Amino acid sequence: MRRRWRELRRARLALPGAAVVCAFAVAALLAPWLAPDDPTRSNLANVLARPGAAHLLGTDELGRDVFSRIVHGARLSMLEGLFAVALAVTLGVPLGLAAGYAGGAADTVIMRCVDVLLAFPGVLLAVAVVSILGPGLWNAMVAVAIYTVPIFARLARGSTLVVKREVYIEGCRALGMSDLRIVGRHVLPNIAAPLLVMSALRVAVAILTAASLSFLGLGAQPPTPEWGAMLSNGRNYVLIAPHLVIFPGLAILLLVLGLNLLQEGLRLALDPRLTER
Amino acid sequence: MIPFALRRLLQAAPVLAGVSLAVFFMIHLIPGDPARLYAGLEASREDVENVRRALGLDEALPVQYGRFLGRFVTGDLGRSLKTGRPVGEEIAARYASTAFLAVLAIASAIALGAATGVVAAVWRRTAVDHAALLVSLLGLSLPPFFLGLVLMLFFSVQLGWLPLAGNATWRHAVLPAVTLALPAAAVISRMVRGSLVEVMEQDYIRTARAKGLTEWVVVNAHAVRNALIPVVTVVGLQLGYLLGGAVVTETVFSWPGIGRLIVQAIAARDFPVVQAAVLLLAVTFVGINLLTDMLYAVLDPRIRLE
Repeated sequence: MRRRWRELRRARLALPGAAVVCAFAVAALLAPWLAPDDPTRSNLANVLARPGAAHLLGTDELGRDVFSRIVHGARLSMLEGLFAVALAVTLGVPLGLAAGYAGGAADTVIMRCVDVLLAFPGVLLAVAVVSILGPGLWNAMVAVAIYTVPIFARLARGSTLVVKREVYIEGCRALGMSDLRIVGRHVLPNIAAPLLVMSALRVAVAILTAASLSFLGLGAQPPTPEWGAMLSNGRNYVLIAPHLVIFPGLAILLLVLGLNLLQEGLRLALDPRLTER
Repeated sequence: MIPFALRRLLQAAPVLAGVSLAVFFMIHLIPGDPARLYAGLEASREDVENVRRALGLDEALPVQYGRFLGRFVTGDLGRSLKTGRPVGEEIAARYASTAFLAVLAIASAIALGAATGVVAAVWRRTAVDHAALLVSLLGLSLPPFFLGLVLMLFFSVQLGWLPLAGNATWRHAVLPAVTLALPAAAVISRMVRGSLVEVMEQDYIRTARAKGLTEWVVVNAHAVRNALIPVVTVVGLQLGYLLGGAVVTETVFSWPGIGRLIVQAIAARDFPVVQAAVLLLAVTFVGINLLTDMLYAVLDPRIRLE
């Protein structure tokens, strides 16, 4: 572990990435104390104010402080990314483990279902799922999770197939260990590294996808200070108040870029031969 | 080659059947009753039942699915509940305009991605390589709606070079195509770099160098050609994502594409349109993947023997 940490530090990309992500994590955790204003309190006497001393990033069409909204939005974006990926891992990894370890008919059935999910290109699957569940922040997160499940199922299956052939798994079997114990205690820890790298990458993608759904009006609804929803709303004022579009957009860009840098560093440190989709 | 193609086609068939089933049941899971919606608020229960019968929504789900599949295969996609026009007419033009954007975007992305990927690989582990990595990570991190709006603010509003939105002329396609192309170019660039770096370590490259060929000839005549083979798969996947994922870009630029049509049709509970459009995109995606597989096998004969 210590050696890995040193490699992680050596990968020069990971540190600035981690710094950016940490900054957003702090903003998310301390939002009520960092934000100078209530993110949903409107002030109709001071609408569409330019960025300045009174309001660092200006105010929106209802006079709400954009900086406070962005700080609170960090909570939602972090939540979107982490929840969607956590759910996708919980659903996808057991499926991939089962398919890879059991093989045979179980493998065929599980992977054909995964192929069907993968046949919906781009965000189409997430759009379809959210239209069944109805628009909203949590439903959008579930939709993003379902859209991410096939990726983890495939990765877990591929890695399991490799690990399954190792001698130590043979050894476990010879000792009479149960399949469940072999998978849990020996296969899973050995496929954890590529799963971790993929998780970091998918948190970034999940944040982008959830924000896209909000932008389309399928995710977080107003007045929630979600960055994609803020941007979608700011579009109506883009000509007179471009700061309503620029700042939420920059926030998403920075957080996702930080995660991507961190992911690239993690990848170099943990598994240099991992291929990305 | 022919047996390989047949095998791949046979593998795609159950996936397509699964997709049609998934689309059909997804549609029926969407809350809301189209018969009530289209009979109108004032309609009596009898009227609603009449509409339901007329739309064929009163039959058992497996029967409806069988009908839907039978009609889809013969090219009859039914009529839009909203406009009453044939679904084929509704989606054909929308599909074509999304495909036009996607092809324009993928062509630009290939050019940009291949050029930067080759440069990064040739000058591997130098400042050029690191800069290329940073730029492509930036490209991957750009939210499409933000990139689109910023391009629009700069090129249409500030400079007035290009139109704001719509699809009247080819100039309308420039900004949406760039918005779609940049993230795809970033992915292709990383793939080209990785693949070329691997190829440059092969024995035949050492042989080429030992023959005294210049580095230019080694890279361009020997390495790049082989390095581009695995890139074919990534380009195929990206083209599929562009077709399905263009919905956000289409919304930003008011581009009348199929993604926006799907979102609008879902909101209007226009089931036949949603069904046909989603199925059409999925079939296209599976078809593109099939084609890339075959192209790959043509380029690299070893694949056929797997």
